[in-house]
Amino acid sequence: MSTSTPARAAGATADFLDTRIGASKLVKEFARKIFPDHWSFLLGEIALYSFIVLLLSGTFLTMFFVPSMAEIHYPEDALPVTMQGVQMSEAFASTLKLSFAVKGGLLMRQIHHWAALMFMAAIVTHMLRIFFTGAFRKPRELNWIVGFLLMVLGLVAGFTGYSLPDDVLSGNGLRITDGITKGVPIIGSYASFLIFGGEFPGVDIIPRMFTAHILVVPGLILALVAVHLMLVVVHKHTQYPGPGRTNKNVVGFPLFPVYMAKAGGFFFIVFGVLALMGATMSINAVWNYGPYDPSPVSAGAQPDWYMLFLEGSLRMMPGQAEFVVGGFTVPLNVIIPAMIVPGILLGALALYPFIEAIATGDKREHHVLDRPRNVPFRTAFGVAVLAELIMLALAGSNDLIATHFSLSINDITNTFRVLFFVLPVVTFWITKRICLGLQRRDREIVLHGRETGTIIRMATGEYVEVHKPLDDFERWTLVGYEAPRPREIEPAEDSRGVRRKGYRLDSFKAALSRVFYEDRIEPVTPAELAAAHSHGEHDMLPGGTDNVEPTALAGSGQDTGHTS
Amino acid sequence: MKALAASRRHRLAPVLLVLLALLATGVVYSMIAPAPKAVAEAANADDIATGEALFVANCATCHGINAQGGPAGPSLIGVGAAAVDFQVSSGRMPMSSNGPQAPVKPPQFTGEQTAALAAYVASLGPGPSIPTEEMVDPTLGNAAAGMELFRTNCGQCHNAVGAGGALSEGKYAPSLMDTPPSEIYEAMLTGPQSMPVFNDANITPEEKRDVIAYLVAQREPAAGGLTLGGLGPVSEGLWVWVVGIGLLIGSAIWLGAKSS
Repeated sequence: MSTSTPARAAGATADFLDTRIGASKLVKEFARKIFPDHWSFLLGEIALYSFIVLLLSGTFLTMFFVPSMAEIHYPEDALPVTMQGVQMSEAFASTLKLSFAVKGGLLMRQIHHWAALMFMAAIVTHMLRIFFTGAFRKPRELNWIVGFLLMVLGLVAGFTGYSLPDDVLSGNGLRITDGITKGVPIIGSYASFLIFGGEFPGVDIIPRMFTAHILVVPGLILALVAVHLMLVVVHKHTQYPGPGRTNKNVVGFPLFPVYMAKAGGFFFIVFGVLALMGATMSINAVWNYGPYDPSPVSAGAQPDWYMLFLEGSLRMMPGQAEFVVGGFTVPLNVIIPAMIVPGILLGALALYPFIEAIATGDKREHHVLDRPRNVPFRTAFGVAVLAELIMLALAGSNDLIATHFSLSINDITNTFRVLFFVLPVVTFWITKRICLGLQRRDREIVLHGRETGTIIRMATGEYVEVHKPLDDFERWTLVGYEAPRPREIEPAEDSRGVRRKGYRLDSFKAALSRVFYEDRIEPVTPAELAAAHSHGEHDMLPGGTDNVEPTALAGSGQDTGHTS
Repeated sequence: MKALAASRRHRLAPVLLVLLALLATGVVYSMIAPAPKAVAEAANADDIATGEALFVANCATCHGINAQGGPAGPSLIGVGAAAVDFQVSSGRMPMSSNGPQAPVKPPQFTGEQTAALAAYVASLGPGPSIPTEEMVDPTLGNAAAGMELFRTNCGQCHNAVGAGGALSEGKYAPSLMDTPPSEIYEAMLTGPQSMPVFNDANITPEEKRDVIAYLVAQREPAAGGLTLGGLGPVSEGLWVWVVGIGLLIGSAIWLGAKSS
């Protein structure tokens, strides 16, 4: 008896599938897919798994939620006591019923909402990883755009879901949407009437949001997730720089079995954390706010965290910016904070890969990631945009900052108004200096090894510190990068004095390139390293130090420590 | 009658008539107008004397020796016992230092001393009196009606569940999560600091009790678990980053570290 019954059955099934759909090819293709190992490569998975949890819990919720704005009175004998006999919409009443009467309903609602917050948080964290490591470079620019669209769709999904229960808070959010829509020049009021089916709030918006929230947006997200993952497979995974890792290989483990186990296990961890949060931490207790009524707006009325930057932008804007021209109101106090500011910030984010590609002038593929310090402009730019967004989110929480830190809300708002312009500049400058400083330190370490703190006395009476040299593996990580130089362009006129076509575009590209790469620290070259090892004469080598500021090497000139 | 008819054209007759008309108006008003409750309170003369002594020692610096007010503090004539009870028993008065707003702190006076102070101030002029136990009993109120009143009149500053909120220039609407029912009632009645007065014509005593019932209902354990401060989406967002992303990045590092 050579094969047992189960093995024969498995073999037969495999054969059945292989002969019909070519399963063995698929399995071979996917199971042998190599993934490099790093915790930051799991951030996107958090988003994916949160989305799966959203689909599962959301399906449960649709079985009890009634997307209707018909007016009813909440039963006198139903929980919670604060809602008994209150007039409300069916959407709100069904949310209450779902929370208080349906077994497990509140848990599902809370898991769903926490998963939504987690989905956005994971997307943002994942995007930060992609951005700061330069994983968006060729050939992955399109996947960056897909990811960006997924983030925007996540915002839309979150916003439409937040609006469904028809409580005061969600109604306030819709009121702001209505205000922003009406602020759009020329078409504003028509667009608002179109969205709300008449004057705000009308009776159509909840059913419309419902369709968007459970059908259109998740459908689009699913489709784009499929594209996103397919592109990951097509492009192969990026990897961090290290010995043996090049743009032509991927160092890691196969999808099957290592990553199947890791990724599968991670799904349950994500689900577990979300269930834990849903079970222990109250979220969006709509009965606190009561059914929507356009008149009350309570203190502490804010959107979910991912929309806070928009809230902050609106809160910071001085109201005087509205004026009337020939009978038409031009609400710059809405247009600037709600359209122009987010437009610039999000637009810069979406287009960054293309802008950087122009500045670099690089057409090669990149599969090895950058250490953030090695691309000072990008890192500084990312930190500046991030700081601006965080500052806007804090401005959207200015009332809570005021009460919790005993500050004057007026002072906070005025401070943020100044920071809005100052903070990006300051954070950009500081981050860039830190990056350049770290690169210089890397050079120092490569050239002279690490300080050990051991002082020895030479026979001549001289004291020197022992420096421990790097091994080849450590050194690889520190020197294995490129420092792009600003683009050089051909002259404006050729040898016969004829103006060259495309010169102005080229000079623009060159100017952009200078902004990106004027300040840079070149990696240590083998020649420099050899010179450093032969007693500190490297600074006399020609060509080795042309792009390093003299201060970077000033210290190393006097350095005596390389006792290898 | 002849004398009356003769004096009809006396030059003082119009003055007399005006005086009579004023007297009649006053009498009619006193019959129609609601009787000020503070006057009805049978204040003990001893209490008033004790209260006056306490007042002169602790409050007169700002409010004036006769509670007439001054540059540093308002007049207390006619604010009633409710205002004194609210300010003193919550520790807001006496104020420890000048600031945008008098904060709640441990009360400086015992219950008896507070009552004496209240009696003294009430004796200066009629004003709202301290509510009875029954008037502030949350079990007699309708929390659902209170919810509607609260979000229409109070939530704008105090937050939807009374967690408090910011006002301009460092002033704030305090959290009502631990405020005793009597103080909630007195605050509505007297409008302390930045708060408007919600008199009995605006929100009736029964409605005030409904509001108290709503606020006390918020102190029950929350249906969904930890309330995270009752501050809404901002605190939820903070916690998803701290707890959620924190735990999951921790797990990701654990998963990523296992193989190597």
